[in-house]
Amino acid sequence: MNKQVLVIGGGPAGLETAGQLENLGYKVYIVEKSDKLGGHLLKWDRLFPDSISAAETLQKLLEPVVHITTFLGCEVVSVNKTGGHFYVQLSNEATLSVSSIVVTAGFSLFSAEKKEEYGYNIYNRVVTSADIESYFKTKSDDRIQNPKSIGFVHCVGSRDEKACNKQCSKVCCITAVKQACEMKELYPEADVYCFYMDLRMYGRGYEDLYLEAQSQYGIRFIRGRVSEVAEDETGRLVIKAEDTLSSKPLKITLDLLVLMVGMVKNSDNEKLSSLLNTRLGDDGFFQCANPILRSTEGESEGIFFAGASTGPKTLPESINEAKASALAIHGYLSKQK
Amino acid sequence: MIVNGKQKIWSEYQKDIPDDHYFYVRSCIRQNFFPASEKIFLDIVQNKLGLDFFETEHHTTCGGIAYHSDTIPMETLMTIVARQFALMTEAGYKNYVASCITSFGIYTEILETWRHFPELEAKVRENLWTVTKREFNKPEYLAHASDVIYKLRNQIASASVNKLVNKETGEPLRVVDHIGCHYSKMFPSKGVGGAEYPYVLTGMIEAWGGEIIDYPERRHCCGFGFRQYLVKANRGYSLSNTHKKFESMKPFKPDMIITNCPGCPYFLDRWQYVISEMEGKTYGENSQGIPVFTYEEVAGLVLGYDPWDLGLQIHQTGVEPLLDKMGIVYNKADKYKL
Amino acid sequence: MIDFGYSLTASSRISLDNIDQKKIKKITAIEPDFLKCMACGSCAASCSAGNFTKVNLRMVILLLNRGLDKEAVSLIEGCMLCGKCTLVCPRGINTRNLIGNILKIYKEV
Repeated sequence: MNKQVLVIGGGPAGLETAGQLENLGYKVYIVEKSDKLGGHLLKWDRLFPDSISAAETLQKLLEPVVHITTFLGCEVVSVNKTGGHFYVQLSNEATLSVSSIVVTAGFSLFSAEKKEEYGYNIYNRVVTSADIESYFKTKSDDRIQNPKSIGFVHCVGSRDEKACNKQCSKVCCITAVKQACEMKELYPEADVYCFYMDLRMYGRGYEDLYLEAQSQYGIRFIRGRVSEVAEDETGRLVIKAEDTLSSKPLKITLDLLVLMVGMVKNSDNEKLSSLLNTRLGDDGFFQCANPILRSTEGESEGIFFAGASTGPKTLPESINEAKASALAIHGYLSKQK
Repeated sequence: MIVNGKQKIWSEYQKDIPDDHYFYVRSCIRQNFFPASEKIFLDIVQNKLGLDFFETEHHTTCGGIAYHSDTIPMETLMTIVARQFALMTEAGYKNYVASCITSFGIYTEILETWRHFPELEAKVRENLWTVTKREFNKPEYLAHASDVIYKLRNQIASASVNKLVNKETGEPLRVVDHIGCHYSKMFPSKGVGGAEYPYVLTGMIEAWGGEIIDYPERRHCCGFGFRQYLVKANRGYSLSNTHKKFESMKPFKPDMIITNCPGCPYFLDRWQYVISEMEGKTYGENSQGIPVFTYEEVAGLVLGYDPWDLGLQIHQTGVEPLLDKMGIVYNKADKYKL
Repeated sequence: MIDFGYSLTASSRISLDNIDQKKIKKITAIEPDFLKCMACGSCAASCSAGNFTKVNLRMVILLLNRGLDKEAVSLIEGCMLCGKCTLVCPRGINTRNLIGNILKIYKEV
């Protein structure tokens, strides 16, 4: 049983799939375009809803793959399918011959600069949720100076036709509630506000975190979009929002504004989809064979998926899909000669 | 503020503005509000810079003021505009420049509408032929006069005698820029700098030595709104919008305001008196009000024209304190002489 | 003053910058569940008085949070203390207790 599988993308879904496949006795290759394994998980501090450490989780995902052949800083350049085999050439000139390919290329974070009205990278005190996670890890960010009032803006770059992303990015609402509580822990005297359209607290433990945010941490939730951000003469941010529940416009001056940036498709998904001859959906994420029964299998034979490459997902969902994908690959390869 | 953030956005919203050979159309009301503004524009481009800007006495209003006041329907508006384009075609020009920002908004809106609904364009061609026996080509480039001055700002800067600098302290003047709503809010890609951080006036001020102020209500409408202002009972609504802008810019202590619309400077200039009567509060240094200028007037001041030749005596908020600050020499006695 | 025939219109914009926090802290101390309200509207939907008057507890809590105390009190005065809202509140807030204390703290005598 020395069949070979290529895993494209070395984030959590890719690592879990690779580990599971190796366990089942296959020869696995991981190709990762950045210079490190771990994907976006490298950037996070604590995971919702139970504040599990991201670094420890990553550690556990990396252990099973220590002996797996990994190509870092590499991309797939060409794929040639003959019979049941894929002949893959990588950007470092290496060629692989594999029986199956798993796409775990994940997602990209929305570039907050595109929402010009929020002033990211224009006004000093506007940051993104990714910047906040980084702040929790490094404890230092020039833009965050003892804030007395903090605002979170949900749905930045998601559910937004103007930003060309109609999808809901699933994880931002719970992340906003989590980060609001964590900021309140760091700055107990600060007033923290969350500007939301909907509060999507679908998972187990999410509604409890929301309740805790309100009753224990005193976080204030305001239903309505933020329309404009500007600076006053002291450099504090003046936010204009709509308070939909009272049908009145609202204004507040804040020391820090956090933009919850969404999950969007990778810019190289199109190239990868044509190399592998597998479709993308209208939202630019990869299309699976059947969204109910075969969500980790591709439409073309031998192509499989796991994780956010097929759409926004939480981390446990990505891990589960990785396990499911490995099992599906095992089923597929067992039938081959 | 992170300046290169704004510069990145400005570089994404660059607009193609031709250098020369324009068909110029005037505004209905600007000559009354700000006499000499259009004359100075033509003087700068035709005489000082030797460019080809053509205007004909046969052109009419673009119809925007009637359209936005709900007195004519869209089809009539399109036919009036079609006639303007016909005059441009007959004079042999492809570049169209409008003096008024509402006109610019109307022309942009109509060209876009015709792009999406070619059957409307065909109907208007038929209307025009029936009424006037004229035919037209659509302009290749549509610019606003402030776009042209923006394009020529560095040439104006090299020919300048005065800079937007406080002569006593050597500090750049603090300038508030106010862009007319019809410039980029409707079609952000048609305005230099886009809708959120418009650059057309900022570029001019920076080239001429001043400093632009970014304040929270920068994008807020001045309140003109046609219908809001023309009906007396609604005028309070117009006034309140301008009041909001002034309250917001007050802590930043601006020295002057520059605008590129006919209605906006009129409002920002005249309402300061009304607010001082109603609230007992006058803005600006020493409560002398904040002078409001059109971009042609600022270009004229920078190039050394006599202030009274620029029509500045008509301004309700006195400009003399600013002229003194800039160190411009003028004759007080000549103010109202013909 | 000259009669211009028009006047400045006051802005209806709510500013969250200068809300008096004292009374909110008082009501929260007596009824901590005040913070748990998620504006679902179950209370207003079941309100007996709400069919005939403007009584609306959801709106009252919102107005208090926005610093619009006078409007809030005028909306809650018609409450008959029937208790239907307490029965339905999904967050388990003791709304009768809340209403009584809002009147005690906010209503000016």
